[in-house]
Amino acid sequence: MSPGTAALSFNDVGMIFPDGTEALRGVTFDVARGEFVTVVGPSGCGKSTLLKIASNLIANTSGDVEVDRDSLGYTFQDATLLPWRTVKKNVELLLELHGVSKAERTTRAQEEIDLVGLAGFENHYPKRLSGGMKMRVSLARSLALKPKVFMFDEPFGALDEITRERLNTELLDLFTAEGFAGLFITHSIQEAVFMSTRVLVMSARPGRIVSEFDIPFEYPRKDELRYTAEFAELAGQISEELRAHSESVPL
Amino acid sequence: MSTVVSTGSSPWRRALYATYPPLLVAVGVVGLWYAISEFALTEGQSFLLPPPHEVIASGFFDSGHLAELMEGLLATTIVTVIGLAISATIGMTVAILMAQFRWVESTVFPYAIIVQATPIIAIVPLIGVWMGFSFSARVLVVVIISIFPIITNTLFGLKSVEQNQSNLFDLHNAGGLTKLRKLTLPAATPAIFTGFRIAAGLGVVGAIVGEFFFKGGEEKGIGRLISRYQNLLQTKLLIAAIIISSILGVVLFLGVGALGNRFTAAWQDEDRRT
Repeated sequence: MSPGTAALSFNDVGMIFPDGTEALRGVTFDVARGEFVTVVGPSGCGKSTLLKIASNLIANTSGDVEVDRDSLGYTFQDATLLPWRTVKKNVELLLELHGVSKAERTTRAQEEIDLVGLAGFENHYPKRLSGGMKMRVSLARSLALKPKVFMFDEPFGALDEITRERLNTELLDLFTAEGFAGLFITHSIQEAVFMSTRVLVMSARPGRIVSEFDIPFEYPRKDELRYTAEFAELAGQISEELRAHSESVPL
Repeated sequence: MSTVVSTGSSPWRRALYATYPPLLVAVGVVGLWYAISEFALTEGQSFLLPPPHEVIASGFFDSGHLAELMEGLLATTIVTVIGLAISATIGMTVAILMAQFRWVESTVFPYAIIVQATPIIAIVPLIGVWMGFSFSARVLVVVIISIFPIITNTLFGLKSVEQNQSNLFDLHNAGGLTKLRKLTLPAATPAIFTGFRIAAGLGVVGAIVGEFFFKGGEEKGIGRLISRYQNLLQTKLLIAAIIISSILGVVLFLGVGALGNRFTAAWQDEDRRT
């Protein structure tokens, strides 16, 4: 892929925390619009650090990151809703922060609420919503900004399996409709293969990209895909690769 | 949650279960009071604890005494409310500055603790020397006694913001003021009202202590009445004044609580409410 088409690119990125912990070493990859790239790796390998660097929440200690931060979508491990705001007000939050007018906020928020299937819940407070519904609000909140780059930090890790698989499908529908560049973090290989155009395997700390798998399945992907031989084959290869690099490298 | 509450099906039934036990205690206390007044005390000692109906008759059904007590209640309420308003304003401002600037916290906090730890009774005479027995002197006592819980609870609330919520605002380049207005202050609201409720009770104490000491001036508050009834050994009126002051404290406490609920009840988890 030529560098010009990348919406997000990591070039030899390294991260050493002030306490001396080396979290990332020589990480290089691009994500283009229309690509959904998932990073899998053992826990504590620096997957989340990768997203924090990309979104400028923390500064990398070496290498370069290029990303259009003006229209960045980001979902955290929890929905991170503001409990004192209704669903509608939560979805409007980022538009407010970006100075969008009230009339336009209302229209755009309603569009996204409809899109994630929460019509009728506009005036509910988060305490009345299930975990899956909260995540949908969180997605709608980011989508309202029409992000070019959308990052996901293990967003569905806390949900039950059925809700998680449903949200996987829904998120893919949003992805094919909006065409953002997706960067997804998970520790579930099934989820990674189901969602992605490409899966990157990260080693244990210090995190490096050790291998890359192209996932050839067409979108829209159906739930049955999870039970095909090709799917199992790919998941098996990734799992093996992951196991081979799960041991921490002595520094 | 207790099983008694969960078995109550209708709201009425739950309300009954909530009021029933305290009501029983009240009946018990009044009964004990009568027992002591009627049986334990001799005729000559009865001024020590006059029976409840005499307290009520003398304090609340004698128009002269009632007028005096109501006038006192009004004066004390004004001092308390003005003191609390000042305390809330200054206390919240100080806490916001502490949360925004670490150096303010490290500079101010030790002194806030010292003010809190010094018994109010020890400071009051000095305030009297400086400011005379004025209205503002009494208000100052209310402010001093009530400001600490407002500062600490507000500060606790402001710092209780979740890291990712804060990250979310940073991701979209929200400025400090926007963050304060849209994130930290709303997040702190329940804790701020916890502080206000504690402060409300303390404020009544401060007002009455102030009145008790600064009784030279025009002042007519309950504290001054208490002091006078004490000197004249008017036990019935003394107890009536105590009842009035405790009602004032309870009403303020409940009022502030109700106000807090208006702001937070819609969105706060029931089990997190205090």
